[in-house]
Amino acid sequence: MLTEFFFKLREGGVPASLKEYLMLMEAMRAHVASASVDDFYHLARVTLVKNEAHYDRFDRVFAAYFNGIESLPDALFTEIPAEWLKRMAELNLSDEEKRQIEALGGWEKLMETLKKRLEEQRGRHQGGSKWIGTAGTSPFGAYGFNPEGVRIGQEGSRNRRAVKVWDRREFRNLDDTVELGTRNIKVALKRLRRFAREGAAEELDMDDTIRSTARNAGYLDIKMVPERHNAVKVLLFLDIGGSMEDHVRVCEELFSAARTEFKHLEYFYFHNCVYESVWKDSRRRNSERTPLMDVLHKYGHDYKLVFVGDATMSPYEIAYPGGSIEHHNEEAGAVWMQRLLQTYPKAAWLNPVPEERWRYYESIGMIGKLMEGRMFALTLEGLEGAMRSLVR
Amino acid sequence: MKFTGTDSYVATDDLKMAVNAAVTLERPLLIKGEPGTGKTMLAIEVAKALQRPLVQWHIKSTSKAQQGLYEYDAVSRLRDSQLGDDRVHDIRNYIVRGPLWEAFESESPAVVLIDEIDKADIEFPNDLLRELDRMEFYVYETQQLVKARHRPTIIITSNNEKELPDAFLRRCFFHYIRFPDKDTMQSIVDVHFPGLKRTLLREALEAFFEIREVPGLKKKPSTSELLDWLKLLVAEDIPPEALRAEDSHKIIPPLHGALLKNEQDVHLFERLVFMSRRAR
Repeated sequence: MLTEFFFKLREGGVPASLKEYLMLMEAMRAHVASASVDDFYHLARVTLVKNEAHYDRFDRVFAAYFNGIESLPDALFTEIPAEWLKRMAELNLSDEEKRQIEALGGWEKLMETLKKRLEEQRGRHQGGSKWIGTAGTSPFGAYGFNPEGVRIGQEGSRNRRAVKVWDRREFRNLDDTVELGTRNIKVALKRLRRFAREGAAEELDMDDTIRSTARNAGYLDIKMVPERHNAVKVLLFLDIGGSMEDHVRVCEELFSAARTEFKHLEYFYFHNCVYESVWKDSRRRNSERTPLMDVLHKYGHDYKLVFVGDATMSPYEIAYPGGSIEHHNEEAGAVWMQRLLQTYPKAAWLNPVPEERWRYYESIGMIGKLMEGRMFALTLEGLEGAMRSLVR
Repeated sequence: MKFTGTDSYVATDDLKMAVNAAVTLERPLLIKGEPGTGKTMLAIEVAKALQRPLVQWHIKSTSKAQQGLYEYDAVSRLRDSQLGDDRVHDIRNYIVRGPLWEAFESESPAVVLIDEIDKADIEFPNDLLRELDRMEFYVYETQQLVKARHRPTIIITSNNEKELPDAFLRRCFFHYIRFPDKDTMQSIVDVHFPGLKRTLLREALEAFFEIREVPGLKKKPSTSELLDWLKLLVAEDIPPEALRAEDSHKIIPPLHGALLKNEQDVHLFERLVFMSRRAR
């Protein structure tokens, strides 16, 4: 039974491993949790989920899987909003009135409608279908006649709190956070760090000093090394103007984070797609432009190439000579893109447009193809993916 | 022995479960959460509740995994050799034990706090895999295997500044301390200020959660800031009425500097208050 739950979790996007599953088994055998579902929920979460961003996924899978096991009536009735309960109270009437209801089409039918109503009203993601499923086999209509079944305004039921814990889905906000602050970005960019020692030797190299001193028959032989610093080189191309106006803030944050993180950071601006020249200062974009060929020649192959742009434009701007909306370009944007990518094999494109909207733009697909799939959303998750692909 | 919180620490059910799982199975427990939700305090309180010795290891950006096990003080040995000290012949004189060694050698099972593991280098957790898993390590200088007499309870805290490697995570229990809701907060405050006037506490909590709701704050005040603020309120003997927003013209809660630590936040907050006052 739990194996199934484990696989359901993996299907649901919780990356639990066999080791963790065995750990859960071990904990169960050691009686860390008592028999209650509550305890099991906490124990399973503490063993199987290793990232608070996955708590919500876990909650959903747990709710879907364990709902059949929960003693249902209590859970069902405490989940019903108070005003519905009031109506239930009105329905829970004397025998005489019940007979009247029977005449009106039967209790069962009334309950059925009520239940349907409930579903429409609540609009609960997956909960809705569950109640129907269970009610189908359970004599739902029978509850009505049973005063025990209709617990009006029941507080503090055993299951209530537990059900709520995972049904409230409090961790929803933690899932795949879109919020990108400068600090978050810096942390993501740190993945690119590669420390190297370059420049003047000004740090005492303890290990080497000891080794040399030992070799020197115990007479001190001091060795110095240069200080360690981040040696990664980054070439940043930023799309600016037009549709990028919507994403100015996030791009600014990315830029300021990147500026402090990398010692070797070169940046250039372009509009929509790169062509034969780019520029460094937006105010003087018409007078001071750098030919792209110069960029290609000046910066070595070890630079990592990062584009930031929404890649939303007319397909002509990528595919055809003369397609640019600003000037007449002799060669198509795609040609220039390919030149860049040939010179800099480590490349990634960061796109501030939400990923689910990418398929509506043909140009995003085209750029994505040029980038060989290395296009990432400008979210924390995407940024980390991009950094990972850059160090690969 | 089960951990159920202490008289100075309020633990929620899921946190208790996490601690008990880690204690029972003798596996490390990784704690994450907003700053100021009591991550570091947890280890101290667990040690207190279970009456076990506590070994603390605070991680800095320069910390190396090796430092937690032992360090070979080569410089002292070098100096001693130059001075002709007799100690120099025994290398054991220059092996300095780290916190994990101390914990492994402890007479009774210890509680180890590895605080803010995310501050260290990305490779740091990977270097501790075997040590945390098998609870043993090898001292190369003296050819000695150090094995834990009793597997200690290891509590690791992280502020999420760096992602931890999967292999490391798989060996740990994980718990995320959520920001407490009003009820939990009330019991936390009760634990710290037993004699606090009901009214003052209610008003203070209202004001506190209201401030947390202010959109756009760079750093939301957390539990530890609330406790500091209450301490100030009590010390200054501020009456509960002063905290109520509706009636007075002094709408900004007194001593709000204890809650908002960022200048921009204070400005934002004052501006919002000013605007709402004008709208009234």
